[in-house]
Amino acid sequence: MRIGVVTFPGTLDDQDAARAVTIAGGEPVALWHGDDDLKGVDAVVLPGGFSYGDYLRCGAISRFAPVMSSLIPAAEGGLPVLGICNGFQVLCESHLLPGALTRNDSLHFICRDQRLRIERTDTMWTGDFTDGQEIVVPLKNGEGCYVADERTLDEIEGEGRVIARYLEVNPNGSRRDIAGISNARGNVVGLMPHPEHAVEALTGPSVDGLGFFTSVLTSLVGTR
Amino acid sequence: MARVIVDVMLKPEILDPQGRAVQGALGRLGLDGVKDVRQGKQFIVDIDGDLEGDRLALMEKLAGELLSNPVIEDFTMRVEA
Amino acid sequence: MIDTVQHAIDDTDHPQPYAELGLKLDEYERIRAILGRRPTSSELAMYSVMWSEHCSYKSSKVHLRQFGEKAPKTDALLVGIGENAGVVDIGDGWAVTFKVESHNHPSYVEPYQGAATGVGGIVRDIISMGARPLAVMDPLRFGPLDAPDTKRVLPGIVAGVGGYGNCLGLPNIGGEVVFDDTYLGNPLVNALCVGSMRHEDIHLASAKGVGNLVVLYGARTGGDGIGGVSVLASETFDADGPAKRPSVQVGDPFMEKLLIEATLEVLHAGLVEGIQDLGGAGISCATSELASNGEGGMHVWLDRVLLRDETLSPEEILMSESQERMCAIVTPENLDAFLQMCRKWDVEAVVIGEVNDSGRLTVDWHGERIVDVPPRTVAHEGPVYERPYHRPSWQDALQADTPDSLPRPADGEQLRATLLNMVGAPNLASKSWVTSQYDRYVLGNTVLAQPEDSGMVRVDEETGRGIAISTDCNGRFAKLDPYAGAQLALAESYRNVVAGGAIPLAVTNCLNFGSPEDPEVMWQFAEATRGLADGCLQLGIPVTGGNVSFYNQTGDTAILPTPVVGVLGVIDDVDRRTPMAWGPDGELIYLLGDSRDEFAGSEWAHHVHGHLGGLPPQVDLERERLLGEILVAGSRDGMLTAAHDVSDGGVAQTLVEMALKSGVGARCWVPDGVEPFVFLFGESAGRAVVVVPRSEELRFTEMCAARQLPAHRIGVVDSGLGADAGYDAGEQVLQFSDQFTVTLAELRQAHEATLPAVLQT
Repeated sequence: MRIGVVTFPGTLDDQDAARAVTIAGGEPVALWHGDDDLKGVDAVVLPGGFSYGDYLRCGAISRFAPVMSSLIPAAEGGLPVLGICNGFQVLCESHLLPGALTRNDSLHFICRDQRLRIERTDTMWTGDFTDGQEIVVPLKNGEGCYVADERTLDEIEGEGRVIARYLEVNPNGSRRDIAGISNARGNVVGLMPHPEHAVEALTGPSVDGLGFFTSVLTSLVGTR
Repeated sequence: MARVIVDVMLKPEILDPQGRAVQGALGRLGLDGVKDVRQGKQFIVDIDGDLEGDRLALMEKLAGELLSNPVIEDFTMRVEA
Repeated sequence: MIDTVQHAIDDTDHPQPYAELGLKLDEYERIRAILGRRPTSSELAMYSVMWSEHCSYKSSKVHLRQFGEKAPKTDALLVGIGENAGVVDIGDGWAVTFKVESHNHPSYVEPYQGAATGVGGIVRDIISMGARPLAVMDPLRFGPLDAPDTKRVLPGIVAGVGGYGNCLGLPNIGGEVVFDDTYLGNPLVNALCVGSMRHEDIHLASAKGVGNLVVLYGARTGGDGIGGVSVLASETFDADGPAKRPSVQVGDPFMEKLLIEATLEVLHAGLVEGIQDLGGAGISCATSELASNGEGGMHVWLDRVLLRDETLSPEEILMSESQERMCAIVTPENLDAFLQMCRKWDVEAVVIGEVNDSGRLTVDWHGERIVDVPPRTVAHEGPVYERPYHRPSWQDALQADTPDSLPRPADGEQLRATLLNMVGAPNLASKSWVTSQYDRYVLGNTVLAQPEDSGMVRVDEETGRGIAISTDCNGRFAKLDPYAGAQLALAESYRNVVAGGAIPLAVTNCLNFGSPEDPEVMWQFAEATRGLADGCLQLGIPVTGGNVSFYNQTGDTAILPTPVVGVLGVIDDVDRRTPMAWGPDGELIYLLGDSRDEFAGSEWAHHVHGHLGGLPPQVDLERERLLGEILVAGSRDGMLTAAHDVSDGGVAQTLVEMALKSGVGARCWVPDGVEPFVFLFGESAGRAVVVVPRSEELRFTEMCAARQLPAHRIGVVDSGLGADAGYDAGEQVLQFSDQFTVTLAELRQAHEATLPAVLQT
């Protein structure tokens, strides 16, 4: 399976995402922001970082990159897309996911090992988890506070689209402790914490993050 | 009741990376001829009672010391009744 | 009106503001003698900034020479002192370069940007060697935690370090946060970066090849920090501060990230003959150093420099410290490819000059010659001072004022109270309020990060080869005895690296002192450099580079002499690292080394009694080396579960940190012949606590005995002590037999509450 990993100017966690894909058994394919060619990949990861320096608003400038002009319709057509941290912000700015990510309520960047509960396991990126499974992955963001109006929040809750919630500590003030959401179809997932930094016992707090990357490989095999 | 509007901008000689990034994006999205973009922030402060004398002076002082960083930023302040 | 060379010849007696630019009369006259005329205003700008203390090391040079003269023979050093940063061989064809720099005064003026641009500058130093940056670390020092100015500068500096480094995508893996009265009004912001490269990719800053082009690329040049180097870094702050402040440099980490990627691409594509970063002294420094190190001549068309502010004068362009700029020497054939790679990364680039063999650095401004100088006289042949120095009049009295008569805790209850007080002391308390604002995970190769003893990163994903770094300095020890204090800083840093299982290879330093014009400060500097050079020789690890920051004082009061020492080590396989958290029940806790009644300069004397006096702990570098060999062998042969050095706060602090990291309690006891208080809080050097599985105990203790390293069993990991101690059965406690028991929850509360209580707003 070929998983595209997009690099925008200022993307930082692209090699980490590629490493995670490799460890999960997939083949990472580098995609360049200035190129609208998705190279026929089976799924795409929008990795973390500070694309365009997070200037203006996080993800606001990247959303207009040529690669997004191909990715947005592909995602709407069912291509699995995982946005991590800055990637999640790009997905929200692109309106592939509802809501927005704003400055942490502490007003500080925060880096910590975060406990999460996986709440939905029928998306393309969470199928290898068990319902309610608790995992620990790194979280590192300055603007990770998930916000949306109450109606939207009720809607995504009602449709079961909250895929992961913060446990123990809400690190950034996200509404309803939301750490990640999906679109209705379950192919597009945005997640604030960083599963790609929890794929090796040597460098991560756990290997819990690997599940996201194995999940998409599993679901792709299923759909083929 | 008074409304104070404080606009804060980086001093002209100070690099504005945000403005620069926005300038690049405007160009890429087809808006030609953008010479410069500077990004600032605006504070709207609603205050009970009239703002004059010492309170006005204090507001002005805080606009210069708290709302803006005099090392790198300029501010303008206006009061609406 | 432009002051041209012709004009300087014609109007040779024109008065010039050399003093305002920080030059002494004899320095100005030397410039006139070199040129055989008065300098143009542009030349004066160049000389003044390049001959400033910050750029020329004119007061420190005669002392720094010892690092070369006393350097131990080693094959590990591929590039020595003198280049932007030294380069060390770590095996398998890998090389590593690392360096620390200070950004103290700018960070006092504008904490966020000062700290941010400090990180940016040191990272450019590393990429200009051809290395990909791997990680950063930041040794920071502030006034008292509860001082109002600390609340102003600390959050800004921490946010600046994090804001820049996080956005750049470099993990922050360690550093220090230290509080002392003397840093009030003069915080220390030291920034370290380490990078790796293949041997064949090492690049040096020299302009080789007549006819090759000088390309300036990166951010545009603006009026940032004009004169910042000479004014900000060379003079203390006056009471009439703001008016004299020059404009502050603003960092753009996004541009720096692009600059890193673009630079590494052009280097790996073989498109670059020489490269130099632009930091202090900007274009003046880069062109004169490149020319001086290469064919000896260069011509620059200064009007080609891309400007952010079109009103800048040529003098200002030469002195501008705008960030995120680099200068490369490129052959004409490679120029197009070079420019294309820059375009790919949205980095602007322009040819501003050409290499020649004229022996002169010439600069034109719209067709008129404004600079014509021998580049060596600007870059390398600046003034050198033998500053007078003498042992301070107060030194003997300070050393005679020992802590021996300070009241000590007398029983278990008092020891317990002292422990809870100490673990919450600002210098010993958890720094996670600071370090949680730094990304330690990015790049996915961080194996150890704060609060571990050293930061460790994997360099080679195939083999697991990696490096470890630590920076340390106890300025109080250095004040009591600068020679010993510098060696204790070296010893602690060395110990922190070996505790993780890495073999020390090289040393860098950041020497922060008061005014070199004060003979007593100069004595501290002379003693500290002598101590460090002797210590490195004895430990067999060379100094590969460093930085000196003088004039760190408020009024007449200098900071504690603060020679921050960074040690870099290599580990063949990071899988073998030794972390600080101990493992499961039953593992044995050993203290290695000798515990003596040494409290002068200790955290206990400082925090509990506000006392500083006496002689610092004994230095025994042979013992440090032996301890290092044991710790590395223990790691390599799988004999150790955990290791943690003993330094500030003594064995008590070490045990508390290990327990809190693992979340598991332990039963400990005081070895025979040592007073409990001395055992717990004394700060004798040359010690570490290790944790050994029972299966390895015999092998480990026999190794220590054979090598004559004292090893005392002082405890056992035990998660089941709660009930016996009168707590809930599951409660984790640290028990000191016959003395006291304390729960990890109490310790954690005391340890973690200090910084947030003051800084969380």
